[in-house]
Amino acid sequence: MAFIATRGARAAAFTAAALGALTLTGCSSDEAEPAATGGDTGSEAPAELTAVSVQLQWLTQAQFACYYAAADQGYYEDEGLDVTIIPGAVDIVPIDVLTSGGADFAVSWVPKVLGAIEQGATVTNVAQIFERSGTMQVAFADSGITSAADLAGKSVGSWGYGNEWELIAGMQANGVTLADLPGGATVQQAFDMNAFIAGDIDAAQAMTYNEYAQVLETVNPETGELYTPEDLVVIDWNEEGTAMLQDAIWADSERLASDEDYAATTTKFIKGTIKGCVYAKDEPEAAADIVTAAGSTLGTSHQLWMTNEVNKLIFPSTSGVGHINEDQWSSTVAMALETVNPEGATIITADPPETAYSNEYVDAALEELKADGVDVMGEDFAPIEVTLNEGGA
Amino acid sequence: MRTARAQSILWGVVGVLGVAALWELYKAVAPDEGVTVGSITVLPRTTDIAMPHIWDMVTRLFDPVTRAADADVLWWAVLQAAAFSLGIAALGWVLGVISGMLLALLMQRWLTAESAVLPWVVLSQTVPLIAIAPLVKRWGTNIHVGSFQWENWMSVAVIASYLAFFPVAVSALRGLKSPPQADTDLFHAYAAGWWTTLIRLRLPASVPYLMPALKLAAANAVVGTVVAEVSIGLGGGIGRMIIEFAATASGDPAKTWAPIFGAVLIGLLSAGLVALLGRGLGRFRRGEVPA
Repeated sequence: MAFIATRGARAAAFTAAALGALTLTGCSSDEAEPAATGGDTGSEAPAELTAVSVQLQWLTQAQFACYYAAADQGYYEDEGLDVTIIPGAVDIVPIDVLTSGGADFAVSWVPKVLGAIEQGATVTNVAQIFERSGTMQVAFADSGITSAADLAGKSVGSWGYGNEWELIAGMQANGVTLADLPGGATVQQAFDMNAFIAGDIDAAQAMTYNEYAQVLETVNPETGELYTPEDLVVIDWNEEGTAMLQDAIWADSERLASDEDYAATTTKFIKGTIKGCVYAKDEPEAAADIVTAAGSTLGTSHQLWMTNEVNKLIFPSTSGVGHINEDQWSSTVAMALETVNPEGATIITADPPETAYSNEYVDAALEELKADGVDVMGEDFAPIEVTLNEGGA
Repeated sequence: MRTARAQSILWGVVGVLGVAALWELYKAVAPDEGVTVGSITVLPRTTDIAMPHIWDMVTRLFDPVTRAADADVLWWAVLQAAAFSLGIAALGWVLGVISGMLLALLMQRWLTAESAVLPWVVLSQTVPLIAIAPLVKRWGTNIHVGSFQWENWMSVAVIASYLAFFPVAVSALRGLKSPPQADTDLFHAYAAGWWTTLIRLRLPASVPYLMPALKLAAANAVVGTVVAEVSIGLGGGIGRMIIEFAATASGDPAKTWAPIFGAVLIGLLSAGLVALLGRGLGRFRRGEVPA
């Protein structure tokens, strides 16, 4: 736009002022990114710390309380790590970020990654943080739906993008195929539960720690009070036997094999994360506040509910937080081989390679934690009672 | 002049109030479950979840975002997010305008360039944003030059510029080629070179074509910024706020509308800034040509 300057000075002044205003606002934008670095470990951390980044699968929320608590409480720093927690987004696939070198570790659900591994991604599940599945299908009590078998002929919601596998597996196990649903498919669900509450979706997909609470935070127009668990029917895939493994820490297989420092870092990162989980178990209120402070705008009661529900998915632990249980892994793989998606394909067509999971790093971390006297089993874990407020406030 | 301005402001206010009145009128008149033909909803539901009252949305703005002790008041949080997104959109707009102008100059200068580049320019807009966004982010994260590190907000600005450059490139090319043969012949007769012809004839002549394009580019940059924030997960802006607040769509429906007001605000502000720019170029604008 240099030509303007050769014309009248007034014109130039006007234009320069307008452009200046634009560029000034443009420059000031680099300060407002919250939660990019976890806790107080910023870029000015001491040089001896190893910089590590982890790509989450969704926005900053208590689902990832383990990581945020570990960063805030200095557990990563204790291990000599400067951890950057990268929140996820709609179009960010954590495993793609990991394999393209955008992050050192990624958090993702196992069935989604099994598909990616078959497509050529060389990643390893190094710690199964969530032992239980948080996915369920909710319906209103008066809908006539009481089990997975009742889903036939009903409008069944799902987020898709790999979140549908437990649902489809659960229906398949009960003799319901996608062809039995209206239109021969699940209904695409948005990020909110409005379609379920309005009755457009009979049985909606919900995480125990998020969408289920969203319903319980909504006023039932018939009573003027919030919806209660009695108003709802829940189909829990853990009970139906089609639960698949969810939040796990994934590492780059090739770097694990070739880079000793990375392998050592992996153990340290897992160790810090497990300590964060234990902290969230013992101090759920503090952990929820840490996540909110890290840049989440979820309401206070909602955040606490999420922390508490996530604790239930981790504790009590069968064989130590993060240890990948052979039977659970096998059943997830078996379902991934058998579950048929709307296109008639299965998640995977052959068993995943041996590198798909390894207990080597998590077991080393658990040994160290046990030696330090950390309770990695949580046998005496008792969830707290969380009262949800309207709108999760 | 003064009464004309007062009148236009008045009409602006009437317009806003009119939309609000229509909203409430529809909410009052139409049935709760909307209007359906067969099983297809042709008019939306009017429940408080689907369409909160205007006054609920406004009063919600003056409550804190969450009950957390240090939570901001909602309108302030929205304003901060809007400023953040506007900043990135502005940067994207500047980048888009510069690259659009350069492309137009290239295409005007060499006919071969036009036939080689123009199809790609058009084709570039058929690639969906959600495909481009993660790629830009991925390429960006691999850039390390010295102490410079690619930040997420830069990816968003690049994506915004990707949408913004198109109308500028196309319209600027039309504008640069708009002087009639007689004018270019005259410059030729004066032995004026390409550069002089550009500065004295083609660029001034392109302004009427450029102004609508700059407005379009501003709108595209804002949309691109908001969508890219959602797509690649940049925190701090309006796009991310829309996704975050979606969690309260049922329990606190008025809250979900707050970032939408923020988006409207950005749109108005960016249109205003471009209009300001247009005033500076007023002497070149002999009627505007729609893009």
